[in-house]
Amino acid sequence: MNRTELQTMAEAERSRQQAFRCRFLCCAGTPCLSAGGGAVQQALKQAVAARNFEASVEVVGAGCMGPCSRGPLVRVIAENGEETLYERMTPEKAARLVEAHAAPGSTTLPEEWRIAEDSPFFSKQTKIVLSGSGRVDPERLESYVGEGGYSALAHALREMTPEEVCEEVVRSGLRGRGGAGYPTGVKWNLMRKAPGERKFVVANGDEGDPGAYMDRTLMESDPHRVLEGMALAAYAVGAEQGYVYVRGEYPLAAQRMERAIRAAERRGLLGHRIFESRFNFRIDIRIGAGAFVCGEETALMASIMGRRGQPVPRPPYPAQRGLWGAPTLINNVETFGNIPPIIQRGGTWYAGYGTEKSRGTKVFALAGKVSWTGLIEVPLGITLREIVFDIGGGIPGGRAFKAAQTGGPSGGCIPAAHLDTPMDYENLQALGSIMGSGGLIIMDDTSCMPDVAKFFMEFCMDESCGKCTPCRSGTVQMVRLLDRITGGRAVPEDLERLEDLCMLLKETSLCGLGQTAPNPVLSTLRHFREEYEAHIRERRCPAGVCDLGN
Amino acid sequence: MGVVTLTLNNQLISAREGQSLLEVIRENGVDLPTLCHLDGLSERGGCRLCVVEAEGTSRLLAACVTPVQEGMNIRTHTERLVRYRKMLVELLLAERTHVCSVCAVNGRCELQALAARLGIDHVRYEPLHPDLPVDASHGRFVLDHNRCILCGRCVRACDEVEGAHTLDFMGRGVQSRIIVDLDQPWGSSRSCTGCGKCVQVCPTGAIVARENIAGGVEKRPDFLLRILEGRQKRIWRW
Amino acid sequence: MTEFKNEKVSLATVWLSGCSGCHMSFLDLDEHLLELEKHVRLVFSPLADHKRFPEGVDVVLVEGAVGNVEQLALARTLRERSRVVVALGDCAVTGNVPALRNRLDSEAMVRTVYAGGMDFPGLDPAGLDEKEWVPRLLPSALPLHRVVPVDVFLPGCPPGPQSILAAVTALVRGEPLVLPEAMRRFG
Repeated sequence: MNRTELQTMAEAERSRQQAFRCRFLCCAGTPCLSAGGGAVQQALKQAVAARNFEASVEVVGAGCMGPCSRGPLVRVIAENGEETLYERMTPEKAARLVEAHAAPGSTTLPEEWRIAEDSPFFSKQTKIVLSGSGRVDPERLESYVGEGGYSALAHALREMTPEEVCEEVVRSGLRGRGGAGYPTGVKWNLMRKAPGERKFVVANGDEGDPGAYMDRTLMESDPHRVLEGMALAAYAVGAEQGYVYVRGEYPLAAQRMERAIRAAERRGLLGHRIFESRFNFRIDIRIGAGAFVCGEETALMASIMGRRGQPVPRPPYPAQRGLWGAPTLINNVETFGNIPPIIQRGGTWYAGYGTEKSRGTKVFALAGKVSWTGLIEVPLGITLREIVFDIGGGIPGGRAFKAAQTGGPSGGCIPAAHLDTPMDYENLQALGSIMGSGGLIIMDDTSCMPDVAKFFMEFCMDESCGKCTPCRSGTVQMVRLLDRITGGRAVPEDLERLEDLCMLLKETSLCGLGQTAPNPVLSTLRHFREEYEAHIRERRCPAGVCDLGN
Repeated sequence: MGVVTLTLNNQLISAREGQSLLEVIRENGVDLPTLCHLDGLSERGGCRLCVVEAEGTSRLLAACVTPVQEGMNIRTHTERLVRYRKMLVELLLAERTHVCSVCAVNGRCELQALAARLGIDHVRYEPLHPDLPVDASHGRFVLDHNRCILCGRCVRACDEVEGAHTLDFMGRGVQSRIIVDLDQPWGSSRSCTGCGKCVQVCPTGAIVARENIAGGVEKRPDFLLRILEGRQKRIWRW
Repeated sequence: MTEFKNEKVSLATVWLSGCSGCHMSFLDLDEHLLELEKHVRLVFSPLADHKRFPEGVDVVLVEGAVGNVEQLALARTLRERSRVVVALGDCAVTGNVPALRNRLDSEAMVRTVYAGGMDFPGLDPAGLDEKEWVPRLLPSALPLHRVVPVDVFLPGCPPGPQSILAAVTALVRGEPLVLPEAMRRFG
């Protein structure tokens, strides 16, 4: 395919869409499907068929639309471009939806079915990575191309040198969205300069944090965007082979990525001489087996190479010696998702969002005790208060906000006193938490913090790979100590022992998983130490959660 | 090969480029404990006992997997390091059921000796006492998981020196275990050559020769080097 | 501990779940026992016929792991009534051999051993309520320090007479206890 053909495909897709009187986009992401979204889509199709509307009405699966707790969601786009979003759809409601939209005036729908898209949940968001989610049909390449897809790649291959692509990414200020926040452009430049005949590009989709599903959503909703981002990276660093590492628990994401790769190959968007340039790039899928540690880059590479998923000490870093000894670029799926818009609209444009040191937007999986849960994308630097009380609609049941857990089991909690802190990499770190991959769990005053810490510690214990002593054995002992504390069997020395173990794990563990495993304990101790004291000295659980055997 | 200079516990020393910190530290007579490291095998970096402090970085470095660099300033026995090493060995003692008094290598065990050396007179952590089997199906060797510290020396010796790769790990975290082939009784393994290298390199009583099950025999982990030297230089010293 | 210096120090020894090997090792002090006798009064010991653990004990040597409810109660009593509690030997220090049962279900084990029948033809399982015959077993045999605070640990199976002597002498004299590496090994 060349650029003209790409344009032709985009125009054909757009006019095809405009020919419909109305289009029903059904969320076909995992949350909505598990809420019955498949049956809703089926019912819509049947209703359309029953009225012989097939020629003028399209029913199509799309990606995630955001407010997952209100699924299944259906977006209706009318001929004049007007959009309506419906929540909690059922097959029965779906039939009425078709009546109301495809045959206007025939019936009116209850107002409460609609989600007003001017509500703060939407208006406070800025969608860059997720701009195609919920609009693009993830199973059709044409749909992505119709939204401008692959034009960044076409442009870069023709007009830009690899150096210029790297520079554009440097200019954007984009930082790794997988957790550590390493500047992406810097990493690419290192990779580009790394000596080696053979280089690899890997998209890390082994998203393991409990409550986080940013990468899954992107792979399910807009797989070609990830592929395009990877291809741009491969061009920039000089790689010809890429891998998408998808965790085993994400069958739908893997299936859609696989399909997207095949479609892109068929159209020559991956493979040899892409866009009639001298650039060759192919991508394969690797499925993980559900080990959290495989999100760690050295363990991930071991897994890709068919070895036991255990980390090895760094250095050497993957950019020096990665897959089969060759320089390897590993970025998070979401990081790659940011690349096409950055190339298309320029790094300076992207850097206009966010804060001085944390540019752009970040996707968060908003979960826990908020009225609106789901997937959100916000400019970095937004305050936690805006996320919880505007986008999230506040705490249900009139309860009080207590803390937000960011960064999953490697992160920490942010108490109410810091609700107005701008969310960026540095501020979160200063509070003893991390940005992490973007899991955001909101807790109200019914959560007991030692109990929360125990939950995350148990997770780390189960997910420790077992290679190094502190993480393998230390996490078990930490869980035992937390169990004594929450069970009312602890003595004051146990708290001391717990803190000692936190430091041991942090300072002596082999990989990032072990080093950050104590974070939930350290951060709850930092902000809620009195709760630990109450459990130990008074045999009392302030939140009323723990059974202290009194 | 180039020479680098560095500071080790306030002493200026020199080392050959490409050496590991551990090698250099030991060559200079400093007693740095290790369990997973064994001369002749690849490094695992798993036991974490050889962590040292280096000026200019807040991270502790595992000496066995850190190459020496010009100008390093290394400390091996600060209060924090000594405390951590003690904790690590205590964690190992609590993890499985190490009953020295009825162990085949009582008095000749690296873990036992290390505990005494580090001044461990009791274990502050809850003993886990996992329910683990003893594989006595092999005609000559016995594998007692209750005494295993998962250092992986046997796995590496089997793979790297014998070339059989009979032994490996399964499971993760504290559930990790050494397995024979694809987790079958050792006696039924067809890949095991019966060379006994695993017996010699095992630092504890986890793998012992059947005839020594009642104790009394010294292990010889250093024989690996002689094998490797013999293969390389065709000189065999016994 | 300096106050032990002049008058005789009261010494107790206690035998919990252990093989009595540590007490044997203590007896192996041989002629040193006579020397020791000049400085200590033995106020409670399985080697003598004391029924009740006395008040105001200066030093108590505890052999064995804490394995049943009776031993748990005794451990608590001796802690309350003693100034220096010494965990004597590996069973008291780590649980050692008695702790080998910890992976098994204690109730089932008591039934098998005392009421199982087969190997004990003289016992009538039907007429046996083990709760009255033997003190109830704890789910695990525990090191002493997991039950009460312990001041001094003397590992070894058994600790050699020389280490016991060194330890007791230091405690009696009120000196800090520093055992050489060879004297404080497990096993």
